[in-house]
Amino acid sequence: MKKILTTTAAAVSIALCSFVAQAADFKPAVAYDSTGKFDKSFGQAVAENGVIKFMEQSDTKVRELVPSSDAQREQGLERLARKGFSPILVVGFLYATPLQKIAAKYPDSQFVIIDAVVDLPNVKSILFKEHEGSFLVGAMAAMKSETNKVGFVGGMDISLIRKFACGYEQGAKYVNKDAEVFQNMTGSTNAAWSDPARGAELAKSQFSKGADVVFAAAGGTGVGVYQAAADEGKYAIGVDSNQNYIHPGVMLTSMVKRVGVATVDAFKAAEAGTFTAGIQSLGLKENGVDWALDEYNRDLVTPEMEGKIAGIKAKIISGEIKVHDYMIDNTCNY
Amino acid sequence: MNDSKIPAWVSIIVLPLINILFAFAFSAIIFLAVDVNPIEAAQTMINGAFGYQEGIGYTFYYATNFIFTGLAVAVAFSAGLFNIGGEGQAYIGGLGVGLVCLGLDHTLPFWALLPITMFASMAFGALWALIPAYLQAYRGSHIVITTIMFNFIASSLMVYLMVNVLNQKGQMAPVSRVFEDSAGLPGFHTIAGWFGYCFAESPMNLSFLIALLCCVLVWLLLWRTRWGYAIRAMGSSPSAAEYGGINRKRLIIIVMLISGALSGLLSLNEVQGYAQQLKLGFVAGYGFTGIAVCLIGRNHPFGIVLASILFGILYQGGAELSFDFPNIDREMIQVVQALVVLFSGALSLMLVKPTERLFVYLDEKKKSNNTSAAEA
Repeated sequence: MKKILTTTAAAVSIALCSFVAQAADFKPAVAYDSTGKFDKSFGQAVAENGVIKFMEQSDTKVRELVPSSDAQREQGLERLARKGFSPILVVGFLYATPLQKIAAKYPDSQFVIIDAVVDLPNVKSILFKEHEGSFLVGAMAAMKSETNKVGFVGGMDISLIRKFACGYEQGAKYVNKDAEVFQNMTGSTNAAWSDPARGAELAKSQFSKGADVVFAAAGGTGVGVYQAAADEGKYAIGVDSNQNYIHPGVMLTSMVKRVGVATVDAFKAAEAGTFTAGIQSLGLKENGVDWALDEYNRDLVTPEMEGKIAGIKAKIISGEIKVHDYMIDNTCNY
Repeated sequence: MNDSKIPAWVSIIVLPLINILFAFAFSAIIFLAVDVNPIEAAQTMINGAFGYQEGIGYTFYYATNFIFTGLAVAVAFSAGLFNIGGEGQAYIGGLGVGLVCLGLDHTLPFWALLPITMFASMAFGALWALIPAYLQAYRGSHIVITTIMFNFIASSLMVYLMVNVLNQKGQMAPVSRVFEDSAGLPGFHTIAGWFGYCFAESPMNLSFLIALLCCVLVWLLLWRTRWGYAIRAMGSSPSAAEYGGINRKRLIIIVMLISGALSGLLSLNEVQGYAQQLKLGFVAGYGFTGIAVCLIGRNHPFGIVLASILFGILYQGGAELSFDFPNIDREMIQVVQALVVLFSGALSLMLVKPTERLFVYLDEKKKSNNTSAAEA
């Protein structure tokens, strides 16, 4: 009798322990990084050019999640998956580890991760070739510079930002072998993404060393960099979204990363039932990164420059110019 | 508050409860302003924190962190030192745990690793507190300033190490490799499994028990040893303590080492228990929240456990709340947390007088009733 009881108890407890993953209907959700969806940069690009646009086009509500700590990332993902959301799009490389766990646990749900690779049969990983876009704007900076000195202000000192810096340096040196590239990182904590005052200081110190074009890959810190350029009559280059409108006549161009387009495409594919797992690497060729030309910087870009840039772009696409990716070996030797 | 006219149980139990009630009443107003029914919100919060096993696990996982940092603040505070470097001490403690795990996880199982990682976390955390302690004791630099600056140094050091030394090639995120499964602290669900019980998977792990053990040890230290007496004496009156023959400088160093070691232990929960890898920013403000936990817990290990669970509820229930109500975003959860800190910590004395008066009034009424009853 006792044995029967214990086996039943064990069976019940196993039943309680297990969970039922729901089949994948189209119930889209998006999980932002902990910087939120109003970070004037990456998250906002996903939100405004991706999620909102998709909701307008398809009349489907997208569930949104903003975690406030690392533990909540995993917890939030699990909750979304358990409630049957699919596809779940997660923004940022910090999701790589939690997604690895959750995607394996919910094999019937579809996941999309931007900026990192998770190698599972139900995960699509979208990467951007930031080094290619940075190469282009680096080349532009060197063309525009009269002092042959250009600057770079990064946000937090992590590999991703060094990838931007490395591409930028290669672009500048490609145009002018003797070009000098000053590089500064804003800081080593998350605060480095939102410190415009320090961004302005760094830009000013680069200007005082002779730089006359500065590229900021620093999230909200960039606003200060652009302001410093406007104050001192120099040029600045924006990042992620098209930021040319911020200071017309000062913003030489922006290195745009089309995360919004990638978001809409991913959701649409899932809706149409054509979701595919695997790695998707979006560079110049795939229109995933690019430089921005609009009415705000039209006057700064001469037709000659435009022609040269188009030439370089074509060479990168055809593979004639190989841009070294910092992330491959964590060095910038090219 | 020994000279107050109210019984001890009122100031220990009733007053904190009234303070928290006030905080929740103000939170209710905010919820009403964004069209959320506060009663429903409270239900969601409690349900999220205690309604199901996974939620309970998360609540206690957060509480584990707060117990460690709360105790760290309490020990220092008992000696009149305001250690706000828990953040950095825990961060560097995590480096110790991470290095041990990365070096030995292939060769040792967790139970053999645990003493080493415990020692490493405590040693690294204590060392990070040693320099501010030395500066305070022998150079007179204020501990508040130095510990807070050491938080930044810790952060920069960790970024340097994670980006340049410990990260993996081709990996976008600055994280170390994941430790071997056998090296991680067993989760509470695994521990429950050993005893034949079933508990849903959650980040709660063995370190919760270590945290409780630390509470007992800190209580013993502060109230049952000569050192503890010296610490409390210095906290009440440094000059009297020195006159009484206590070596102030040495005591500052000892207290800060203990405080730093307790902060460092947080990383057992975060690095070896939950994440099982070393990554940036895993302390995530727990060090600072420890100050609030210590304030609400009235500097007593038992109070700190209760306050830690309260903050566990706020963190876990709050996450649930912002998940279930699209109108409530995570900033509003922080407002609720801030209100609790404001009423229980900063304004904790505001309600002492009114409560006192109320009790004196009730007491007199009772007495007069008794006398009138006796007369009749």
